[in-house]
Amino acid sequence: MSVTGIGASVRRKEDVRFVTGKGRYTDDINRPGQAHAYFLRSPHAHATINNIDLSAALKMPGVVAVYTGDDIAADKVGGLICGWMIHSKDGSPMKAGAHPALAQGKVRYVGDHVAVVIADKLSQARDAAEKIVVDYGVLPAIVDPAMAVGADAKIHDAAPDNTVYNWHLGDKAATDAAFARAAHVTRLDLVNNRLSPNAMEPRAAVGDYDEGTDGLTLYTTSQNPHVARLVLSAFIGLAPEHKFRVIAPDVGGGFGSKIFIYAEETVCVWAARKVRRPVKWTSDRTEAFLSDAHGRDHVTHAELALDAYGKILGLRAHTTANLGAYLSTFSSSVPTYLYAPLLSGQYDIPAIYAEVDAVYTNTAPVDAYRGAGRPEATFVVERLVEIAARETGKDPAAFRRQNFVTSFPHQTPVIMCYDGGDYNASLTKALEIADYANIGKRKAEAASRGKLRGIGISAYIEACGIAPSAAVGSLGAGVGLWESAEVRVNPIGTVEILTGSHSHGQGHETTFAQLVSERLGVPIDNVAIIHGDTDKVQMGMGTYGSRSGAVGMSAIVKALDKIEAKAKKVAGHCLEASPDDIEFKDGKFTVKGTDKSIDFPSVALQAYIAHKFNGQELEPGLKESAFWDPTNFTFPAGVHICELEVDPQTGVTTIVKWTAVDDFGNLINPMIVEGQVHGGIAQGVGQALFEGAVYTKDGQLVTASFMDYQMPRADNLPSYNIAITKTPCPSNPLGIKGCGEAGAIAAPPAVINALTDALGHEDIAMPASPLAVWRAARKTMAMKKAAE
Amino acid sequence: MYAFNYHKPATVAEAATLAGKHADGKLLAGGMTLLPTMKQRLASPSDIIDLSKLGDLRGIEVKDGVVTIKALTRHVTVANSAEVKKAIPALAELAGMIGDPAVRNRGTIGGSVANNDPAADYPAACLALGATIHTNKRSIPADDFFVGLFETALGEGEIITSISFPVPDKANYQKFRNPASRYAIVGVFVAKKGADVSVAVTGAGDSGVFRQKDFEAALKSNFSAAALDGKSQSAAGLNSDIHADAEYRAHLIGVMAKRAVAAAK
Repeated sequence: MSVTGIGASVRRKEDVRFVTGKGRYTDDINRPGQAHAYFLRSPHAHATINNIDLSAALKMPGVVAVYTGDDIAADKVGGLICGWMIHSKDGSPMKAGAHPALAQGKVRYVGDHVAVVIADKLSQARDAAEKIVVDYGVLPAIVDPAMAVGADAKIHDAAPDNTVYNWHLGDKAATDAAFARAAHVTRLDLVNNRLSPNAMEPRAAVGDYDEGTDGLTLYTTSQNPHVARLVLSAFIGLAPEHKFRVIAPDVGGGFGSKIFIYAEETVCVWAARKVRRPVKWTSDRTEAFLSDAHGRDHVTHAELALDAYGKILGLRAHTTANLGAYLSTFSSSVPTYLYAPLLSGQYDIPAIYAEVDAVYTNTAPVDAYRGAGRPEATFVVERLVEIAARETGKDPAAFRRQNFVTSFPHQTPVIMCYDGGDYNASLTKALEIADYANIGKRKAEAASRGKLRGIGISAYIEACGIAPSAAVGSLGAGVGLWESAEVRVNPIGTVEILTGSHSHGQGHETTFAQLVSERLGVPIDNVAIIHGDTDKVQMGMGTYGSRSGAVGMSAIVKALDKIEAKAKKVAGHCLEASPDDIEFKDGKFTVKGTDKSIDFPSVALQAYIAHKFNGQELEPGLKESAFWDPTNFTFPAGVHICELEVDPQTGVTTIVKWTAVDDFGNLINPMIVEGQVHGGIAQGVGQALFEGAVYTKDGQLVTASFMDYQMPRADNLPSYNIAITKTPCPSNPLGIKGCGEAGAIAAPPAVINALTDALGHEDIAMPASPLAVWRAARKTMAMKKAAE
Repeated sequence: MYAFNYHKPATVAEAATLAGKHADGKLLAGGMTLLPTMKQRLASPSDIIDLSKLGDLRGIEVKDGVVTIKALTRHVTVANSAEVKKAIPALAELAGMIGDPAVRNRGTIGGSVANNDPAADYPAACLALGATIHTNKRSIPADDFFVGLFETALGEGEIITSISFPVPDKANYQKFRNPASRYAIVGVFVAKKGADVSVAVTGAGDSGVFRQKDFEAALKSNFSAAALDGKSQSAAGLNSDIHADAEYRAHLIGVMAKRAVAAAK
């Protein structure tokens, strides 16, 4: 391992720019003549729009234009799409209600887009928006997914009972048979709480139209600019792809929320051409709470069947998933193919059956959020397993071990074929670091201080790098899930990597450069990573689902293989040897068995000056591209253990120790991986203890600011004890698995298993706020009193 | 933010005249509540009367058993004041618990007291310590000053100039924070001076800060946490929100009061 190669904890190259305020984010971009857009949003969760009077607004100072859904319709701008087709049990396609970028006749959630004002200044646009008079006919609203079917609120004509689909996966008969012969059945009702994504940088867009070329440019906060261009071009119809450039510059976090194609960027691009001026919009924080796609929001009943010895026989689950008022870009896939196929967890479960009813409600659209489906699945599995162990009097660690998958490949009953792992190894290591054996002593010591102490295990598995394309296509995906890369070696041996992945906090500029440094022997400072611009990068599917390493870097490896092969030919000509006799190591091409060599920069120069070879037989230049389509998902897995204390007097929960043992396969930059684990755990603890997007019954968002939505903060979290185990992934050339979501997936059940261990009962929901824990602790104290 | 007229008077008298003249105007001290509210277009004062030029409204003086803090003194100054820490450590600690460092570096005691946010910290200290609020017109005992939610005894053109706190024998402030905003869900300030004990509660009451007279009576006969055993705060008249319902707030008032008594020094 070189100091900057694979496996080195190189400091992030991009951080100098970010921490010195030199990043270039979408809101930093200002185009000549730019106007500003302000969206008038619905104050009602559900209402007809009877009339919109724009006359006063149009007279306000600085106003360039005011548009409504009528203008969108008149220009035949296509509606926003959902790109993953799910079929119901009966074979019928999901019921997708129309999703115009500006509301047409009806609003369906608080924050829905009613009109846009474009003005010279943002303050003028906002002033004018206050002068728009909308005559609403308020309709009954529904926000609770469990009550959506049969509710008075009828949200979309296309979905008469507010149902998007009734989907299922697995073998119902086999699963029912397993339950019929079970010695013990564990039953669990749970809610997976709704979350706001809260990326540090809010969403923003600048639409720019060039009359000279009839070309459109969109600067946007996107995790996947090529997909944004594809959707805005092919489906929404704003411009053909060759006249449409999408640039996602520095992006300050996404957590999934910036995968999707929203109304705001659609309107900015459309309006820029209409008003012949660049149009800019930047979300404020309350707009972000109202309109960024939320995450989770499941209501689930789940059951686990055991035989008399504690072996799991089967699992079945029924989930109602809230998809909000409209289907966001990938929303349909999250509670289906990103959820139910993970219900086997790390366990050998012979029969699994899952039913998922997805419903519309009068709330913001719900889509992928860090982990996307996999945290929901892991919460179901790890809560069930924990409770089953408790109910049958078994040690939760031993019970897990008894049921682990131990041989690979392992085909689960729900699509997934686990390609490798060692679940016992991570459990053993985690139990040791957590000092699991002595928890009893620590509980007794805490009790002497009036505190309730508990420990909770979460043995999670996730599926990253969704693929291969043909497989996901057969499951309903509208796109392929490969990745592309281009390697451009410059004549003096510096290297430009163009990747279809997009970095919005992940550190690609460092890790991808480390791969190049390892392979070509060049310093990382001689490597530039270029991403986020459809005019530069040939194609790409973007970054989400922990795919950039496993899929994005694999594409770079494939292109680097081609570079090496070509460079060997050039080196062969320079060294007067056959390419087959050339070895490439540490940046040097050597004729095998001799000391004749030439370094990589010299070969690059020779490739471009083309003096040493016949340009008809060997093309000049040193530039290669590749598309990589994986053969399988990757399956990171691990064990997290949370130890915490509850103050029954106040309900305050304090996490005292966190152990994380993760198997991510090979690591490119362990420090960055550790950072991803830290952030993921913080978000997972946030879901378990702090975060919850709360609507009133009539659809007003109570948690529309940080005054009411609690993000995890540094003083809420302990220092983490982090370790790794390593089983290289067999499905990609680097043996890497993906680490971006693991913490967020693992943490919630670890916290709740610890909390219920401390409380001595299972009656606590997420987020386990001080209020909720205080109530639960009162039950604990009453139970203790009754037992005395 | 909507447009407004801006004034920067050089004297308290000039500020008071401006305030009297502009009925829809607002005095600007630290601006830690006013400015965010204006940015969100929830407040639209016609005039802003910026007090920042009034240098003689800054400073702390401890004399004859009284701590006097001038109105424009920032929270950070109170929190770090050696004199306050020595005379009334609970008051310095309270100032150090307000908001975050940015807020403490801008926010002022006069602004906080004049605003009388039901979840603000200083009002509890004023009530429990028996403070006097001095204005350009008169001196008002704390018990008469805090009238209701965001309401005080201040009249038109009346500006707080300083607040004086008699030094107690013992005092402590316990704050249970809203997990999101970190304002007080319940804040209890307990002070003992001679035979007198005061217990003031902020964050919980639906008409703002109040004194818990039952707790005071129990503590007057026995200043110990145990004296509050069996005493309870009624949930009637307490706030309910997603973070804490009235019952939980009532319970926390008891817990925080006990902790404050135990920690008083």
